[in-house]
Amino acid sequence: MPISEDVVVVGGGIAGSVAALSAAETGASVRLVTHKKSTLRHASGLVDVLGYTSDGDGPLVDPFEGLGDLPEGHPYRVVGEEAIREGLATFDEVVGDEYLGGHTDANALVPTHGGAVKPTARYPRAAAAGIASDDRDMLLVGFESMTDFEASLAAAHLDAAGVPFEASGVTVAFPRNFRADAKVTRFAKALDTDEDVGGRGTREALAATVEPHLDGAERVGFPSLLGDDRRHEVRADLEAYLDAEVFEVPMGPPSLPGLRLEDLLFAALDAAGVRISSGNKAVGYETDDGEVSAVVVDRKGREIPYHASAVVLATGGLVGKGIASSREGVREPLFDCYVPHPDDRYDWFVDDAFGDHPFTSFGVVPDDRLRPTRADGHAEFENLFAAGGVVGGANVAAEKSASGVSLATGVVAGREAGESA
Amino acid sequence: MTDTPEILVIGGGSTGTGIVRDLAMRGMDATLVEQGNLTHGTTGRMHGLLHSGGRYAVTDQPSAKECIEENRVLREIASHCVEMTGGLFVKRPEDTEEYFEKKLKGCKECDIPTEVLSNEEARQLEPYLAKDIDKAIRVPDGAIDPFRLCVANAASAEEHGARIETHSKVVDVLVEAGEVVGVEVEHASGEGKRVHGRAGGREKIYADYVVNATGAWAGRVGDMAGVDIEVRPSKGVMTIMNVRQVDTVINRCQPKGNADIIVPHETTAILGTTDEEVEDPEDYPEEQWEVDLMISELSKLVPMLKEARTIRSFWGVRPLYEPPGTGTTDPTDITRDFFLLDHGDRDDLPGMTSIVGGKFTTYRMMAEKISDHVCEKFGDRTDCRTADVPLPGSEDFSVLRDYMDEFGLRSPIGRRSVQRLGSRADEVLKTDGPNPTVCECEGVTRAEVRDAIDKAGSDLNAVRLRTRASMGNCQGAFCCHRMANALAVEYPEPVAREALDELYQERWKGEKHALWGEQLSQAMLKHLLHATTMNRDRDPVRRGNEIDFGAFDGGPAVGDDSGATRAAADGGRRDAD
Repeated sequence: MPISEDVVVVGGGIAGSVAALSAAETGASVRLVTHKKSTLRHASGLVDVLGYTSDGDGPLVDPFEGLGDLPEGHPYRVVGEEAIREGLATFDEVVGDEYLGGHTDANALVPTHGGAVKPTARYPRAAAAGIASDDRDMLLVGFESMTDFEASLAAAHLDAAGVPFEASGVTVAFPRNFRADAKVTRFAKALDTDEDVGGRGTREALAATVEPHLDGAERVGFPSLLGDDRRHEVRADLEAYLDAEVFEVPMGPPSLPGLRLEDLLFAALDAAGVRISSGNKAVGYETDDGEVSAVVVDRKGREIPYHASAVVLATGGLVGKGIASSREGVREPLFDCYVPHPDDRYDWFVDDAFGDHPFTSFGVVPDDRLRPTRADGHAEFENLFAAGGVVGGANVAAEKSASGVSLATGVVAGREAGESA
Repeated sequence: MTDTPEILVIGGGSTGTGIVRDLAMRGMDATLVEQGNLTHGTTGRMHGLLHSGGRYAVTDQPSAKECIEENRVLREIASHCVEMTGGLFVKRPEDTEEYFEKKLKGCKECDIPTEVLSNEEARQLEPYLAKDIDKAIRVPDGAIDPFRLCVANAASAEEHGARIETHSKVVDVLVEAGEVVGVEVEHASGEGKRVHGRAGGREKIYADYVVNATGAWAGRVGDMAGVDIEVRPSKGVMTIMNVRQVDTVINRCQPKGNADIIVPHETTAILGTTDEEVEDPEDYPEEQWEVDLMISELSKLVPMLKEARTIRSFWGVRPLYEPPGTGTTDPTDITRDFFLLDHGDRDDLPGMTSIVGGKFTTYRMMAEKISDHVCEKFGDRTDCRTADVPLPGSEDFSVLRDYMDEFGLRSPIGRRSVQRLGSRADEVLKTDGPNPTVCECEGVTRAEVRDAIDKAGSDLNAVRLRTRASMGNCQGAFCCHRMANALAVEYPEPVAREALDELYQERWKGEKHALWGEQLSQAMLKHLLHATTMNRDRDPVRRGNEIDFGAFDGGPAVGDDSGATRAAADGGRRDAD
C-alpha cells in the first residue's frame, strides 16, 4: 500500500518536530521523515529567542523589544511576534516542567562552559540554579579527564563579567575510573545507576570529593552529565549530600541536554499521533501540476514516494545539510529551491572570525505563508512550506535566535501545511 | 668573563635556527631573535617538500646536487621530521617527451636515483592518478615538517647554551663608529617565554657580529642598518586537502608552471603553488583565482581533487634574490641559490652579514657556510658537526616500536603522538593521571599540549605548530578552547582568553579560503559552537559591557524541584538584588 499523508515533514530537529505538532493540531495526518541524528546533539539545550539586535546591541533583557530592529526579510518579521509566542507556548507544553523561563518575558543569563554568560529564553531545570542574576556564591566543578570544561577558567571568566556573586572553580577526579576519552554518556550512566564505588554509590562518592571545596558556596555547577533518565534524582541526591543546590553547565557536543530535548520532542510527536520514519534520507520529490505530490525517500537503495498534500521542509541550514554549496554556488538541495548569495565566494565571509558573515544567513526566501520563493518572488510550489534553519535571512548565531526561529516558523509552516492539506 | 664572541642571529626560520645551532655547537655564544613564532615567515608557509633535487635537475644542476646531498643528511639527523614518501614526475600527453628525457638525464647527472614507471606502474603506486597520463619518473622526494625541524634546531641550540627569543621584533640595528654592534628588539610581551597581557619591553642586545637571516624581510633589516638589500618577495598559494589523495609527492613533468605539485603531509595533502612577485612580504592580495587554479590544474594529474574537500589555503613569500643588474622579470626564472652578503666587503659596514635566497631543503648547508664565514672572522676553525649529530627527537628513532609497546599505544592517537615526538615520546607521554585527547582530528593528547606549553609559553599558535592540534578537518572547532583550558592551569584567565582568541582568528585566516561544500558546513558548525553555545562573539567580557544582572530573569518563583526523591537542600528563590 502506498504511503500517503496529509502532511509530510522532512527534518527531525526543533523546527520539524514543532511543525509536525502544529500540523497535527489542524487535524491533518502527519508523517515526519528524519535521516540521521538531528543536530540537537550539537546544541546546548538552551532555547534562545533573541539575545542581541542585528547591530550587536545587547544582551537584551526582553527579546520581544528587539524585534523591531531586525531587518526586513528576517523570519521573525515574516511570522510576527504572535507566532514567536505561539512557538514558545508549544515548546512549554512539550517540555512541561523540564524547562524554566516561561514565568517571565525577560531573558535569563546562563553561564556557558567557556565562562561567558548568554541570554536565553528557556533553560533546562537542571541548569536553573546556575543563572547569573542569582547572587548566591557558586562553585564550579570540572573533571581531570574532561578537556572541554576548565572550572577555574570559567569561574574567573564569570568574575571578569562582573557577576553579582563569587565564583570559584575546582578540578577533581571523577570517583569512577573510565578510560581517558570516555564520553559524557558514560559518566551519566554511572550516576544514573549509582554504580558502586568502594562500598558506596557514585553520587555519594562524587559529593564527598567535592564537599571539601565548597567553602560556603550555596550552589555547585557540574558539566552537563548528571544522569540521563534519572537526572532529577541524581541532582537531588547530590544536593542533599552537599547541602547546596546543584546545576549543570550547558556543554558542547555530544550534548546531553540536547539529546534529552530530542527525547522530549519525540515523545510529544508520539503522543500527537505523528508517524515517524527515521534513518532514511529524503532524496527527491514528485510533482503534479505545480504542486509537490510526494517526497521520495531512499530506503536501502529503493526510492519510495511518500505522498502528501502538503510538505514542510525543515532540513536545517548549512550544518544539517539543508543548505548545500559548491564552488559554483549555494542551493537548497532537496527541492532545488532558490537561495540568494553573492556570486563572488569572497563575499560570503568577512575577515574577522566573529564578524558578520553573510554565509550565516544563507537559506530559502519565504513568502508570507513561509513558502520558499524563486528569484522572482513567486512560491516555488503551492504546497511546500519551510521552517527552521533552512529559512534564510537571520544571523541566528550572532542574534542568539536559532531555537526561537525554529519554534516560530515551525508553528506557522506546520499550520499552513495542515490547513492547506 | 669569557672571550667567546657573541653572535646575534636575526630570524627564526630554518636558516636562522640552523645557523644558531651550528654556531652553538661550535662553542660560540649565540642568541637568536625572531619577530613572531619560530617559522613565522617563509619556513612556516611552505608545502613541506623535502626536495630530491629532481625539480632543479634540468635548469639548476648545482642546486639539484645540493638538494639530494642534504636530502640524505636530513633523513639521518631529522628522521622524526621526515616522511620518505617518494615522488613522481608525471608526464601528461600534452607534456613533451623531450622534457621528460631532459629531466631523466638531468637527474642522473646529479646523482638523483630515478626509475621510469609506465602508466600502469605509476597508477598501481598511486591509484588516483589520471587514467590518461603517459608515464612517470620516480625520485626520492619526501615530506618534512618545517616547524618540528626548526623547533628541534632551536632546542639543540639551547642545549648548547644559545639564547632563543621569539616574539622579539628587531626595531633597530645598532651602528657605532661605522660598525654594526647589535640590535634593539621589542619583546611582544615579556622576555623569555611569551606571556600575553603584560607589557613588553625594549632591549638592546649587543653582539660582536650580527647575521641577518630574515629571508623576505632582509631588506627591512638592511634599511635599519642603512644598507640596500634588494630582496624580491614572491608569493605562492598552498591549498590543504582534508585527506591524502596521494601518498607520494606528485610533480607535473613540465618545464615550469603554476599549480604543479601535490605533497602528502601528515593527514593532509598540500597543493602548490603560484609564483608572483609582491611589494610587501606581509601585505599582499590572497586571491580566489589562485585557489581555483590549484584545483583545476592539479585535477589534471589527480581528477578526484576536483570534487574533494579543502580545509584551508595559505600563502607564503619566497625570499628571492639576484645580484643587482641581472634584470630577470619573471620570478620563476630567478635563481633559488642563496647569497651571502658580507656588508663589510659590500657596503663598508663591518659587523653584519645577510643571507638571502636559498631553499628550505638546503637550510643546513647554508647554515654551515654562514657559520664558517662568521667563525672565520674570529679565527675559529672548529669543524661543523650538524650533518652528523641527530637533532633532539631523532637521536634513537629506531626505538619507536618499543615505545608504542611500552605505552600500550596501539590506537592511531598513540601511534601519531609517538611519531611526532620521536625519541622524546618517553619524556612527554609518561604522565600520572588521565591523558585525554584534546584534538581528535590530529590525535593530540593533553600531555603533548602541556609539554608544548612548557616549551613555548602561553602562545597557543606555537602550541599548535608543535603539536598539530587544531590543524585538522574541524580547524579548531572542537579543540581551540580545550587548548586554552590547558593553559589555565598555569596562566591567568585573561592570558588564556587572549591566546584562544588569537588562535581562533589565525585558524579562520586560512579556513575562509575553503568555504564551500563540506568545509562551509564545518565552518558553520564551528561558528555555532563558539558563537551560539559559548557566546564568544558577544561575550560581555570581550566587549567590555556592563550588565544590569538584576534586570534579567532571576530564576523561578518557586523552589520546588519536581522529580526529586529527596528534599533539596534549599530551593528557595533569592531575589537578584
